Amino acid sequence: MNRSAMDLWVGIFVAMGIAAILFLALKVGNLLTLDSTPGYVLEARFDNIGGLKLRAPVKAAGVVVGRVESVRLDPTTYEAVATLRIDREYQFTKDTIASINTSGVLGEVYIGLDAGGDTAMLKNGDRIAKTQSAMVLEKLIGQFLFDKAAEASGKAGATGAENAKDAGVTKK
Amino acid sequence: MSAELAQGLSYWLRRLGGAVTGGIARLGFAARFLVAVLWHSPQAFRRIHLTLREIYFAGVLSLVIILMSGMFVGMVLSLQGYETLKRYGSDQQLGILVALALVRELGPVIAGLLFASRAGSAITAEIGLMKTTEQLAAMEMMAVDPLARVVAPRFWGGIISMPLLAALFSAFGIFGGYLVGVRLIGIDDGAFWGQMKAGVDVYPDVTNGIIKSVVFGIAVSLIAVFEGYDSKPTAEGVSTATTRTVVISSLAILALDFVMTAFMFRGASV
Repeated sequence: MNRSAMDLWVGIFVAMGIAAILFLALKVGNLLTLDSTPGYVLEARFDNIGGLKLRAPVKAAGVVVGRVESVRLDPTTYEAVATLRIDREYQFTKDTIASINTSGVLGEVYIGLDAGGDTAMLKNGDRIAKTQSAMVLEKLIGQFLFDKAAEASGKAGATGAENAKDAGVTKK
Repeated sequence: MSAELAQGLSYWLRRLGGAVTGGIARLGFAARFLVAVLWHSPQAFRRIHLTLREIYFAGVLSLVIILMSGMFVGMVLSLQGYETLKRYGSDQQLGILVALALVRELGPVIAGLLFASRAGSAITAEIGLMKTTEQLAAMEMMAVDPLARVVAPRFWGGIISMPLLAALFSAFGIFGGYLVGVRLIGIDDGAFWGQMKAGVDVYPDVTNGIIKSVVFGIAVSLIAVFEGYDSKPTAEGVSTATTRTVVISSLAILALDFVMTAFMFRGASV
């Protein structure tokens, strides 16, 4: 094989390899979707973040608008502090509610933002005042059982009183 | 009786000691060999056509096997992944499964194993045979350093080819997964690519895969040229060296992969 043909093949090979790397970065990965714009940072405090992970999506009305940049525990208040990096083109009102949601039963955990009606917007470094923590299944079941028990005892008490009333009525 | 036992014991201990010191000496020789190859590398780049020739032999001629294997691995991943994901009703996630498995692990590792058996063995056999037929000695006679003329271009050709081959393997694997998942099984096209895009990050997933493939390229190329250069100058010696290249490279790839995975993805995706 002569040299120019070999150079041609090497050129084709290297070009293909670089195209494959670009394909992996652009089409498979998300190089140009969110990471190209640094955006601004918001802070949200939760009593419990459940299964929230780093780089979990932040969604508003189902659209990904940012990612969770860091999660740490505030040592004085024992609250979880999540730092959210939001895409620069999206602005949220001061009374936005941040809640931790799960998509589907086995799905990923994400932070949902619900904008309110305030005219002032959140700025870089602001804290989202209203948050809703993750639902912990055990606590939910506990709450449900407790409610059921309370309901049952309440009903028992009420029927007892009714019986007494009935008895009173018949006595009369 | 006890004297016999002591004699037998000392024999085995001596063999063990010999194996350990021999291994360490060989490791030291390999390290010095690496330094010598790096020292002669500028000459390999000054005469770039030598390295281009090696990229042709190690890279271009490995393309067919790499692309075909990548495609089939992606297709199998897609089939198997679909069967498992379907049980949990999350077959829309197939794109993530195929892409993450290929980009993080299978792309670099299988491409590395194929590269070791396709290109690494050829490099070892070529250098070993050059040594056996005294071509290396003849070069030295002509004041041509075989490290610069023969070894360094093959070393760098392997290092340059390997990441490109791994990326092509992953890309064709994802394409194969797309063919089976979307075209054959009928998963939604948008869900396949969209979930993949949402689930695969350039950092750490894609970059760590590329780092892995570069490390595998260095390991396989070094082992291949070293085994060739260090082979016994006989027909049997060359065949042993070729076998050793494939065995040691494969083990090195798998062991390095475990170590790198343990460091790279610790905490990143838990």
